[in-house]
Parts: sequence; C-alpha cells; structure tokens
Amino acid sequence: MAEKQATREAYGKALVSLGAENPDVVVLDADLSKSTKTADFAKHYPERFFNMGVAEQNLMGTAAGLAAAGKIPFASTFAIFATGRAFEQIRNSIAYPELNVKIAATHAGITVGEDGSSHQAVEDVAVMRSIPNMTVLVPADGEETRQVIKAAAQYKGPVYIRMGRLDVPLLFGEDYHFEIGKANILRDGTDAAIMANGTMVAIAVEAAEELLATGIKVSVVNVASVKPLDVSTIIQVAQRTKAVVSAEEHNIIGGLGSAIAEVLAENAPTPMVRVGISDTFGESGRPQELMEKYGLTKASLIEAVHKVLIRKKK
Amino acid sequence: MRIGELKLTANIIRQNIIKMLIPAKSGHPGGSLSAADILATLYFQVMRVNPQEPNWPERDRFVLCKGHAAPVLYAALAEKGYFPKEELLGLRQTGRMLQGHPDMKKTPGVDMSTGSLGQGLSAANGMALAGRLDGKDYRVYALLGDGEMGEGQVWEAGMAAAHYKLDNLTAIIDYNGLQIDGRTDDVMSSAPLSAKWQAFGWHVIEADGHDIKKLMAAFEEAQKVQGKPTMLIARTIKGKGVSFMENQAGWHGNAPNAEQSEQALKDLKEEAANLG
Ligand SMILES: Cc1ncc(C[n+]2csc(CCOP(=O)(O)OP(=O)(O)O)c2C)c(N)n1
Ligand SMILES: [Mg+2]
Repeated sequence: MAEKQATREAYGKALVSLGAENPDVVVLDADLSKSTKTADFAKHYPERFFNMGVAEQNLMGTAAGLAAAGKIPFASTFAIFATGRAFEQIRNSIAYPELNVKIAATHAGITVGEDGSSHQAVEDVAVMRSIPNMTVLVPADGEETRQVIKAAAQYKGPVYIRMGRLDVPLLFGEDYHFEIGKANILRDGTDAAIMANGTMVAIAVEAAEELLATGIKVSVVNVASVKPLDVSTIIQVAQRTKAVVSAEEHNIIGGLGSAIAEVLAENAPTPMVRVGISDTFGESGRPQELMEKYGLTKASLIEAVHKVLIRKKK
Repeated sequence: MRIGELKLTANIIRQNIIKMLIPAKSGHPGGSLSAADILATLYFQVMRVNPQEPNWPERDRFVLCKGHAAPVLYAALAEKGYFPKEELLGLRQTGRMLQGHPDMKKTPGVDMSTGSLGQGLSAANGMALAGRLDGKDYRVYALLGDGEMGEGQVWEAGMAAAHYKLDNLTAIIDYNGLQIDGRTDDVMSSAPLSAKWQAFGWHVIEADGHDIKKLMAAFEEAQKVQGKPTMLIARTIKGKGVSFMENQAGWHGNAPNAEQSEQALKDLKEEAANLG
C-alpha cells in the first residue's frame, strides 16, 4: 500500500516552512485550528496567528484588512463555512478589491465522513470559480499541496485552496512540478482521458492501470488548477483521445467537470462523461463507504470510460 | 486647522455632496450629509495622510463601512487633493473613477472597498493588527451606520477588536437614528448602543457629531486609550444642513432634482455665510 497523508496535514507543515521563509505570512482560523492543521503554525509563530473564534465572516474580513496593509494572510476553516457562510465577504471584501488573501479550506467533499452533510462542501469549487479575480486550486496529495501553498503565497491575489480531511495516497515526489494554470499529464494513453483533481486523482490512476491491463490506454490529467484552467492541455488531450471523463469529489454542477465541458464545447466538442456527486447532498458514514455510495470509485471511473468509448465509436 | 476653517470645510464638503448627486441623478445624500463634520475633522485635523502619496505605508487608514455614503468620502478626498474636483461630477458614471460605493482599486485615497454593510470593521481590524505586527504607529478609523448595527459581522468584529486590544483603532457610529425603512428604533433597534459597546469591551465616547470641537476632543481621547479600541457614538442629523432633508428617511438614497438642489445649495451657502 502506498503511503498516505491528508492534504490538510501537508498544508499544516507547508505553512510552518512558509512562516520561516516569509515574515509577511500570517494565519487566521475560526476555532478549527486543530482540524485545519494551522495549529502547527500557531505554535511556531504565535504572534502571526489570529484565532477569530467561530466567526467566519469576520475571519475573511480581517484577512482582507491584513492584506490591504501588506500581509499575506492564509484564512482557514472548513470549506463549507469558508465558501458558504462567508461567501459575500470573500466576494466583496477580498475578490472585488483583489486583495492578497489565501482562503485555505479543508474538509471539502464527502470524505469529511461521519460529521455528515452539514460539514461536507460539495459546491465550493462552483461558487469560488464564479467569482472574478479568484484563483481556484485543488491539490491531489501531500507534495502537490506543499507546492500549491508555496505557489499561492508567491502569487499576488486571492486564491481559494481546496483540501481534504482524509488520508490520501502520496502520488508525487519532489520532482513533481505544480504551476498555477498548468495541468499535469500523469499517464499517457490515446483511447480516452480521465481529467481529475483532488481525491479523484489517485483513483483515476488506479482506474487507468486496471484499464491498461484490459488493453484500453487511458490518459490521466491532474487538473489541480481549476481556475485558471490549462485550456490548451485540455483541448490537446481531448483532441488526441476523443473521449473525456472528468472526475471530482464535488457536485457535478459547476465544478471541474463543468469547467472542462465549457472549454470543450466551445473549442473541441468531445464525447464526455462527468463523474462527481450527482447533484445531491452527502450524509454521515465512513469516507470510503460514502465514496462508494456516491459513485466516486475506480469502478465508476472504469464504467464511465466504457460509456464514453461507446460514444466515441458512434 | 482652526475650528472655523474646519466648519467651512465641512460646509464645502456638503455643497459638493449635493453638486455631485445632480449629474449622477442617484446616490445617498442623507447619510453623506450626516457624516460631513466627522470626515472634515478626520481628514483635515486628525488623520496623518499624504494626498501626494495615497498608499504611503505610514498613513492613518479610513474605512467607510457605511459605503453608501461614498459622496462624503469623495468630497473630502477631493478637497484634500487626492484627485481633481472635476472628478466629482463623474460620480456613478460609466468608465469614471468614482463608483457608487468606494473602490480602493479605482480611487486614490480609498483605503478599503466597501458597500456591503457590516464588512468594513473587520477590514479595519485587519489593518490595525497589521500595523501592530509591523511596529508602525498608524491609526485606523472606521465609520459605521446605526442601521448597520443590524449586521452580525459588526459584532463579530467588535468582539475581535476588544479581544486583540486594538487601541490603534477608533470606530465611529454615525448615530442619525434613521435607516432606509424608517427610524432605527422602529426597524431594528440597536439601543442601548453605548452599553452594548461597553459590554463588548470598548472604550465608548458619546458626542455631538456636528460639533467639531467635541469631535476633536473625542479623537484625542481615543488616541490616549490603551488596551482597548474606542467607539465614538456620534449623534447626528441625517441630511444635516439641508432644511428639507434633515431627519427624513426618504432622503436616504434619492438625488435631489434641479429645483431641490438649488434649494439645498442655497441652504448651505447661507450657512457658509453665517460661518464666514
Ligand atoms: C449587506 C447590505 N444589506 C443591505 C444594504 C442596503 N442598504 C444600504 S444603506 C442601508 C441602511 C443603512 O442605514 P445606516 O447604517 O443607518 O446608514 P445611514 O443612516 O448612515 O445612511 C441599507 C439597508 C447594503 N448596502 N448592504
Ligand atoms: Mg442611520
């Protein structure tokens, strides 16, 4: 079994090194620092950590003010509270004035598990993606998270970073290279392509390997940068494979699948199947069981590839 | 500046509020007029700013939480020399720098984009925290409306400012007793304001928001307070200075027509003559 690490765990570690490198980095949390893993930063740099208490609107607004005065704030809470409760603060106090705030949200998607639907953001990418000036990043593993956090800190402007609670396989080594606006082709195959991000990348790789054993060669593209989207890579891969499956732990409305479909519809119409949460809320349960129940598995990706291949042949 | 000059400056700001609303044919006179003395005192007496260098890192900051009163801010900034006064006549027009609500990217001198009520005080807190972290001695000022007290985020920010002992922050409530739908006491009472902010851990000062001498004294007192943010509850008259607008909720968000503008400017010029 591959080694595992939750992206939030990697975030916590990345923040501590970032804190050492850049004295302008400050971190804010809303009484969830043990869960979001910002507690590590708080321990190392107590004077640069601000607990805002259970007050997400004030969390975002305070981050905006810190950024307006030259700081690089990372504002953390669960994805649902960041993008739901504080949507309008993000929109009006951060994105509209284009302030340099990094909204680092953890506990995205149904892999939150037992806490249930009130804590499982399935719409955060959709709402963040629709805000002008916002960059939206969804790392797939620990190494990518580390690089995403670094890139976000170097980039000047608002960034939404979507991370998870669950331990996920470590996919990448230090030779991996993340860049805002770039997708990474992890497997090359000409029969079909799976374009995934977050927790679905590891599953996509497994699906591609199983398909390869049956003679179907599938490309796997990691689209961690949902916005800006790597339009040219997506078009290129779609034109080469002529069959695309998108995969995300998010509602199929408005997320990665929608973003890819928008690009393909306008530039390179391609048979496509979107795998995601089928416009429904999650529920309590073990993360793995929920992923199965909501169709976010290797089997559902393989089925989706078969489906799209039938349409490709027509 | 001397008190007489400050009064005159406030009067010019009021006249310019009316003048900018005429071509705009929309905008918010009531809450702009009520805050003119406060802004005149801040920008021409209290705040350390440099219009030649609007983003000067050492400057005092001002956040207009009640962003709909943008005209009073624009008139004060223009008077101070941040941009040419002709810009005032471009208020709310396509392609111009003066947006309906303050925009820090478009307008020099605007320290925070606002317009959605309830958000400004949080940003002011952030600026005050950053100032302290950087060891800078700048102060942060934030002007809120009394109707704005209805927003939960105001109280989140109020709690946080006291928790973090932001004594470099002075907030002001433009306590004009009116909001859009009528009297604040009828729509959603925020009384007792003073006791609430005291209970939230703030140093509270109450003053006549049209008495420049009292305002100056209040800001001076606030600068001396240690370990606590200060809330200045400024009793004001919405529409102040324009006879037919005073204390009328109906003048919250309507521009005067030609005839009304003439009357408004006449009222204000008379006041100026009496001052001079
Ligand atoms: C979040 C939000 N809700 C509603 C509005 C619309 N609005 C603009 S001004 C106003 C009333 C404000 O009253 P008050 O704070 O007392 O302002 P003032 O009397 O000083 O003009 C409202 C409801 C808004 N700008 N923002
Ligand atoms: Mg009012």
